Amino acid sequence: MDYKQLQGRLRSNILKMHHGAGSGHIGCSLSCIDIMAAILKFKNEADTFILSKGHAATALYTILNETGAIPDEDLGTFYKNATTLPAHPAPLKYAAIPFATGSLGHGLPLATGIAKANKLKGNDKISFVLMSDGETNEGTSWEAAHFAVANKLDNLIAFVDCNGLQGFGNTADILGNTASPKLWEAMGFEVVECDGHDIEALMQAWKKLAANKNGKPKMVVASTVKGKGIKEMEDKMEWHYLPMTDAQYTAAKQEIRAGYGLEND
Amino acid sequence: MRKHFSEYIERNLADREDFVFITGDLGYNALEGVAKKMGPRFINAGVAEQNMIGVAAGMASQGFQVLCYSIAPFVVYRCLEQMRNDVCFHNLPVYIAGNGGGYGYGIMGSSHHAIEDIATLSGLPNMQCYIPGFVEDMRATMDEMFARRRPAYLRLGLGKNLPADMQLVTGGTQTVLTPEARLTILSQGPVTNNLIAALAKSDKQNSIDVFTLNTMPFVTLPAALATSIATTKNILVIEEHISIGGLGSSLALLVNEAGLPLDKFISLHAEGYPNGLYGSQAYHQQVSGLGEENILRVINSYF
Repeated sequence: MDYKQLQGRLRSNILKMHHGAGSGHIGCSLSCIDIMAAILKFKNEADTFILSKGHAATALYTILNETGAIPDEDLGTFYKNATTLPAHPAPLKYAAIPFATGSLGHGLPLATGIAKANKLKGNDKISFVLMSDGETNEGTSWEAAHFAVANKLDNLIAFVDCNGLQGFGNTADILGNTASPKLWEAMGFEVVECDGHDIEALMQAWKKLAANKNGKPKMVVASTVKGKGIKEMEDKMEWHYLPMTDAQYTAAKQEIRAGYGLEND
Repeated sequence: MRKHFSEYIERNLADREDFVFITGDLGYNALEGVAKKMGPRFINAGVAEQNMIGVAAGMASQGFQVLCYSIAPFVVYRCLEQMRNDVCFHNLPVYIAGNGGGYGYGIMGSSHHAIEDIATLSGLPNMQCYIPGFVEDMRATMDEMFARRRPAYLRLGLGKNLPADMQLVTGGTQTVLTPEARLTILSQGPVTNNLIAALAKSDKQNSIDVFTLNTMPFVTLPAALATSIATTKNILVIEEHISIGGLGSSLALLVNEAGLPLDKFISLHAEGYPNGLYGSQAYHQQVSGLGEENILRVINSYF
């Protein structure tokens, strides 16, 4: 199935939120929005999802708006005073956001705990988590990985948004590739690699992993491009931080419309 | 207290299907019974305390009450962000039980001591710290902690039995107040046993009101304590914790806010390692002026 229109619509909404707020973290949201769509549009309602890379909050808010979990009127308050939608997700505001995140390295332990709880209860719920590749630098990710393997949590599916860039450089140049499939396989995860902008492939990948009750926690290493969809932003570290000018926003909107086949609004 | 703690868990909680116990790879010769009784709900998270708290928060979000156990400093300092972000922000029923609060691990050294733990944790949102001083108030404290179903820290130490002339009250213990009292003493945790030993040697016992407080943060002055302070105008605070962010600093704020005039306020507290030397818990208490002899000397200075 072709999800181009959906991908374009989500990107347009992300850009609109960032432009309205004058905020950064655009590149990281465009990097992982397709992964989130592949999870949140297709998971069962009872399955849980944690966005561990909380700085991609606009992607989360956008897709949850798409699924009906966040109302339209709330989106307009993003980044403003007295909002429920700050730059990183807030605690206890939406049922679909079980944990506030923003400090990296928290999501995998939390999702692991949820998976362990589901195992103890004997239910079929899946615990999803999305991490950034830079985030796998965090020791807590490794602690959680060993716990998940030791506890045979095959109901845990971790996605890594591998765009190759982190806070202040290329992941390869800083600590090396701590999201390397070989490392996670060596720890005992079942790992698949996937195009992180192909919703159909991502969805098929996790569904196949979920069906494989082999006692191994799962990981989808998703190859992505930071700023995906807007050439000026693609694969550029500065778009982790920069807000758009009005001219940049106008150009970006047009590029998304053309690139993803959206009609003019 | 560790023995009473594990007995309490075995007796009151181990059978509950919604209760999970996670240890950070500790509990030899103490938790075997709990582990046996709880089966798969007893989890050894390994030597990975931060993940232990994250996992606990995840489990608590799915309806479990989760108790995490370790040596006090390991479960307090290393996991602070997990306690704040994962547990406290979400007001989840995750309880951390830290063995060896204060200088409890003595000659094991500074890495094993927890003398800033209350200051570290008690300001976190929704957090309640419990610091029982006696076996008897430990039971009442744990009853309250588990009934509250919110983030908590239980600081375990070497508690003795409650003396006959003290009674359990909400949030602590106290002696019967006397109208002739000239000194109000507020103490916290097992170091109160040193105070009791000092009082036994004092001829001023009948002129002193003694209170213990076993919960922090300390944000409301109990009426009986306020009455005593208004009468005596003299305060002595005893705590096996640094003065910053502890019992004494909290009491000083509350007394000032209440406008209670004072003649004298002395805080006896953990001083850290002022001479750079190490020893038993009793040694460190003595170096900090928390030993029986110094407490008696300070009490006498009020009369």
